[in-house]
Amino acid sequence: MKLDARCPTGPIETRWDRARFDMKLVNPANKRKYTVIMVGSGLAGGSGAASLGELGYNVKCFCFQDSPRRAHSIAAQGGINAAKNYQNDGDSIYRLFYDTVKGGDFRARESNVYRLAQNSVNIIDQCVAQGVPFAREYGGLLSNRSFGGAQVSRTFYARGQTGQQLLLGCYQQMEAQVAAGTVTMFPRHEMLDLVVIDGKARGIIARNLVTGELERHLADAVVLGTGGYGNVFYLSTNAKGSNATAIWRAYKRGAAFANPCFTQIHPTCIPVSGDYQSKLTLMSESLRNDGRIWVPKQAGDKRPANQIPEDERDYYLERKYPSFGNLVPRDVASRNAKYVCDEGRGVGESGLGVYLDFSDAIHRLGADVVKDRYGNLFDMYQHLTAENPYEVPMRIFPAIHYTMGGLWVDYYLMSTIPGLFVIGEANFSDHGANRLGASALMQGLSDGYFVLPYTVGDYLATAKPEKTTTDHAAFAEAEQQTVAMVQKLMNARGKRSVDSFHKQLGKILWDKCGMARNAKGLSEAIGEIRALREEYWSDVKVLGSADELNQGLEKAGRVADFFELAELLCRDALERNESCGGHFRDEYQTAEGEAQRNDEAYSYAAAWEYQGPNAPAALHKEPLTFEYVHPSQRSYK
Amino acid sequence: MKLTLHIWRQKSSKDKGHMQRYDLDGLNPAMSALEMLDVLNEQLTEKGEAPVEFESDCREGICGTCGFMVSGVAHGPMKGTTVCQLMLRNFKDGDELWLEPWRAKAFPVIKDLVVDRSAFDRIIAAGGYITAPTGSPQDANSLPIPKEDADRSMDAAACIGCGACVAACPNASAMLFTSAKITHLGLLPQGQPERDRRAIGMVAQHNIEGFGGCTNIGECEAVCPKEIKLESIGRLNHDYIVASVRNRTNVKPVSHTSKYKRDPLHVES
Repeated sequence: MKLDARCPTGPIETRWDRARFDMKLVNPANKRKYTVIMVGSGLAGGSGAASLGELGYNVKCFCFQDSPRRAHSIAAQGGINAAKNYQNDGDSIYRLFYDTVKGGDFRARESNVYRLAQNSVNIIDQCVAQGVPFAREYGGLLSNRSFGGAQVSRTFYARGQTGQQLLLGCYQQMEAQVAAGTVTMFPRHEMLDLVVIDGKARGIIARNLVTGELERHLADAVVLGTGGYGNVFYLSTNAKGSNATAIWRAYKRGAAFANPCFTQIHPTCIPVSGDYQSKLTLMSESLRNDGRIWVPKQAGDKRPANQIPEDERDYYLERKYPSFGNLVPRDVASRNAKYVCDEGRGVGESGLGVYLDFSDAIHRLGADVVKDRYGNLFDMYQHLTAENPYEVPMRIFPAIHYTMGGLWVDYYLMSTIPGLFVIGEANFSDHGANRLGASALMQGLSDGYFVLPYTVGDYLATAKPEKTTTDHAAFAEAEQQTVAMVQKLMNARGKRSVDSFHKQLGKILWDKCGMARNAKGLSEAIGEIRALREEYWSDVKVLGSADELNQGLEKAGRVADFFELAELLCRDALERNESCGGHFRDEYQTAEGEAQRNDEAYSYAAAWEYQGPNAPAALHKEPLTFEYVHPSQRSYK
Repeated sequence: MKLTLHIWRQKSSKDKGHMQRYDLDGLNPAMSALEMLDVLNEQLTEKGEAPVEFESDCREGICGTCGFMVSGVAHGPMKGTTVCQLMLRNFKDGDELWLEPWRAKAFPVIKDLVVDRSAFDRIIAAGGYITAPTGSPQDANSLPIPKEDADRSMDAAACIGCGACVAACPNASAMLFTSAKITHLGLLPQGQPERDRRAIGMVAQHNIEGFGGCTNIGECEAVCPKEIKLESIGRLNHDYIVASVRNRTNVKPVSHTSKYKRDPLHVES
């Protein structure tokens, strides 16, 4: 496998313009002759499907949920970054680019990040035109707030429901294309395999989740916008259905998987309350604008928060990072929460929690202003914990939230399989080793609205896919493989439920490949995962049949893929002998406990190539060069 | 804590369905109603009985996937809450609960507590959008919008499309859902050019799908997890009448695309 990122050269400001000019175009009358499959209907998939439909392509869009509007982008709370500089506080495209490369701990591709920063400006225009009700000032202009890792106010938001509003915007745009006949929607369908013909992605095998039927779908290009793989940890802020099956099965068909160990742990989630817990709930990073994070100075101090006097509190982020304070990037905030809890200063029953305190903000701004900014988040917190955050500080703890790793793509968002594009969180490209807050929505929409529509056209005009049908042997082979896997799961007839295995897998990963990792733990984890996987295939219990709605079977297939992905995740973490961003290796830290990169040896994207069921994946390296933002020790002090 | 559940079990759209009793013990008051069903399903799986199919995804009250009747009330007794955030501490030890799917002709049951809500997507496709093709817009701040308008628009835009309004309405009307979108877009300057078409198209599709009419009962507002206001139906009526007077009736309804629609008889296409 040869990795060619196809990045344009020359001045970074004009790279995307020149790349766009050099792309081949598809004549307007010819676009309707091409079919593009879009898997996933979140911000990336929805905006991509809508935009391709508007251009005139035939789009078939698939999602496993009952409606495209359910995609998990909907749960994003805090906001979306854009270099508009509406606040006149010194923001610019270059600064957003700089912050993102630095925030990603110098493990992202400069050309991609610059393009992302350029597109950010158009995204806000696009969303406002669709009727996204962003927060506004009394003068009628758009309001901004700050997010972690930035010293400017560039985050646009719609209360604590920014993801919902952006998703509904592109969902509505896509439904307009459904009405226009360019987009056909296949809800309650799950992609179970990729079909590759003559080396090109030409279709998918999808299971109709209501009838259980396997369907063959042919296309000239396939796009995956299926989100991240955070649910490999079982407990995460992802939706219950979020899964890695589409990208994993594409990986097994030849698409390289890059940087699986770059996983993001979000510092502000509601702590775990018991074994039955099915997911973790995020409290938006925007809360760190006005909330102050602290723990007692004294280990083992079990007094209620309001009985701990001011001078016995440790506002540890403000103390250690005076210039960024509570707004340090997520990896730094999470790691520090872990440190104070390891020291025995954690709060709450389990000791796994820190306070996020709004009493100063309420005192300074008044409860009304705080309510206007964060009301729905406070309500949610109160629903879940039965504590009133207007009166007692919230308790928060880090949780798996986002995965920077994903399928490897070139500058054109095409994977190592020609004709297979990967967008949004499902790809690996723009966030390096750590994503800054309010940048995921930006990337999803940038890919879907402003990159994919051009690059898919360029591919179709250049590759000119040959005529073929779903009777091709490759479709039959993929369908047979899928049938065999479904039958194997149904026929295991073991003793344990899918969830019980998934929880156990998640615990191994969280303990040994979570907030901090080391070589010993990772090697152990790999052994444990393999053993558990074997047990899974012989002892899993799936009830019902394969020809009906069967959520147990759906989960069983996804967890089978998580097992394989978990092993690769640990291997990648073991291979990367440095700490960077969300990947923190105990062995590699500075005297102050910050991540210590090794740029000489590890300034690359690790792209793993599948070698068959019993062979270890092969590692390929895409070297990363930094012409504009020179790697330095990240400092937020 | 202990709870007795009576759950609607229906194998498929063709099955008649029945209520089944389950006694659960050892529940934690900090669990959500859905985590309670997870516990039940683990137990059923252990015994080799088919687990209860129910839908959920984000489990933080925003995706709109979950929802069922809890003792006759959509999403249960707590105001402004979806079942995924309905914590057991709101019930008493020993309580008896009846869990049933949304009941409406336009929401056919697929299995157990799972219903088909694809009609909502078709109502949106019939006009619930602002046409703004990618690449065409002007600078975002060139169109100032009074904060009050933006805020009220956002109140309506908060709808999660869960279907509770339909399930609560004695007429099985989807007017609250439909009007939330009409209000969200109609309050914004960007939404004005298509305002007439939107009202006519969405209401026509609403009726084709087999939802009932609104008779101002207000059950929908009472159960809405996002507390969408009944007054938005007033805005819908206003927009619909104005559009009708202007004679904009040339909007084509969207066709049925749902392959697994159980009962297509009510479609007047």
